[in-house]
Amino acid sequence: MSQQPTQQAFNPYTENGGTILAIAGADFSVIAGDTRQSEGYSIQTRYAPKVFRLTDKATLAVNGFAADGNMFVKKVRQRLEWYRHAHAKDMPIRAIARLIQTMLYARRFFPYYVYNILGGIEEDGTGAVYSFDPVGSYEREACRAAGAAQSLVQPFLDNQIYFKNQTPAPGTSFPRHLPLTTVLPLVIDSFTSATERHIEVGDGLEIYVVLAKNSTSLQSLLNMRGVQELTATNDGERVFVIRKDLKRD
Amino acid sequence: MAATSSTYRPIGFDFSNEIRNNFLTGKGLPLPKATSTGTTIVGCLFKDGIVLGADTRATEGPIVADKNCEKIHYITESIRCCGAGTAADTEFTTALISSNMEMHALQTGRKPRVVTAMTMLKQMLFRYQGQIGAALVLGGVDATGPHLFTIHPHGSTDKLPYVTMGSGSLAAMAVFETGWKPGMEREEALTLVKLAISAGIFNDLGSGSNVDACIITASETEMLRNVEMPNVRVQKERDYKFRRGTTAWKKESVRSLVVEEREVRLGGEEMDTT
Repeated sequence: MSQQPTQQAFNPYTENGGTILAIAGADFSVIAGDTRQSEGYSIQTRYAPKVFRLTDKATLAVNGFAADGNMFVKKVRQRLEWYRHAHAKDMPIRAIARLIQTMLYARRFFPYYVYNILGGIEEDGTGAVYSFDPVGSYEREACRAAGAAQSLVQPFLDNQIYFKNQTPAPGTSFPRHLPLTTVLPLVIDSFTSATERHIEVGDGLEIYVVLAKNSTSLQSLLNMRGVQELTATNDGERVFVIRKDLKRD
Repeated sequence: MAATSSTYRPIGFDFSNEIRNNFLTGKGLPLPKATSTGTTIVGCLFKDGIVLGADTRATEGPIVADKNCEKIHYITESIRCCGAGTAADTEFTTALISSNMEMHALQTGRKPRVVTAMTMLKQMLFRYQGQIGAALVLGGVDATGPHLFTIHPHGSTDKLPYVTMGSGSLAAMAVFETGWKPGMEREEALTLVKLAISAGIFNDLGSGSNVDACIITASETEMLRNVEMPNVRVQKERDYKFRRGTTAWKKESVRSLVVEEREVRLGGEEMDTT
């Protein structure tokens, strides 16, 4: 008999597919994700939300290992509730971002196998997007895609949001922030296109829109059909969700 | 002159690249990934023939390489073959056996049989010890009646009244196990095949897009390309036309493509053509 050493290992992680994306405007923020959850070539469910309302000024999208993602959102929400009890107000988004960093790094050697994108409204009323890696490195950005189809969506966003590889017409310049009426179609097209070319993306789309106090985008948003409001407080910021179908093949 | 070692070649397969490739893989350079038809393919016997079915998605890992490829390959007029596995392997094995079947038909002066194609395919696949990644559903009608086979990459075969293959085979077989019965009508069998392929398209991530089908009877073969198209892309929300002059350039040089011609007469008189 051979006396070769064998190694046994238990791998507690799986990859559950899907894609998330967030874009910050001047006085709003859009956070979106598809609702398919898969493992290998099988669909576990066609509706597993990846975007969650945290407060009226912050939403969190999680992507990667679904079990870790759900647990992580649960723990963040718990910390936000404790903050509310202690300070009688919602935690500002930049503070939530720093909280998420410390929570992720606390598990440096047994990480949450999850990419987080935090979107919402800053205390100064500007739209904000914070993106994280699984162990807590983070950055504030204007737009970010993560997950299975990141490599398909991010170059599209770089071109359409940051106008990369485009030269402006002579005597003009590109805008620093796009209006909501441009951002929402870009988000929808990102997901329908990712669904066409990535097998793990599809089934449903949830788009969260967070508006700052007296946001100029309110009217154009209310004109859209199928918009549902989720606002809970009277602080002025308002949260909406738009649900759409994606292809199911 | 006697043959030297450099001119001598042993007969059989040459495995020298195998050693090199394993060395390269060990060094961290993986082999190029082949396009796979991660697929649902089915076949089903009915009263007077065979119905074959396939989805139309081709994948490279998690990326969709082709949204509308053809997986039902021609063998002879009344024999067709669905392919799953490595796209190039299914394409080339079916093309080769199709060619050999035509030669065989010419040689014998008879309509070739399905078992002949099956035997040619299994012997070729066995010779390559599973290295040719073709998983096939072979169906057709000949002088001895309708026949339906599955052929696995290592060369084993099955002969059954209803068969499925590929990553969507479980989803499709579930439909056959509930719906198939002996002696079905043509339309009934086609509906069942469409249902089986749809089960693969919607429940297996390796399968998608449209349904192809092929009905083979003793009198004719009907290829139904894209019989069902349940996954048409919705219209895009925005136009993505770029303004003229969007792309930056480093230098510009303009050349006139109109070549000017000047005629210079040499010598004196015209040639005498009388």
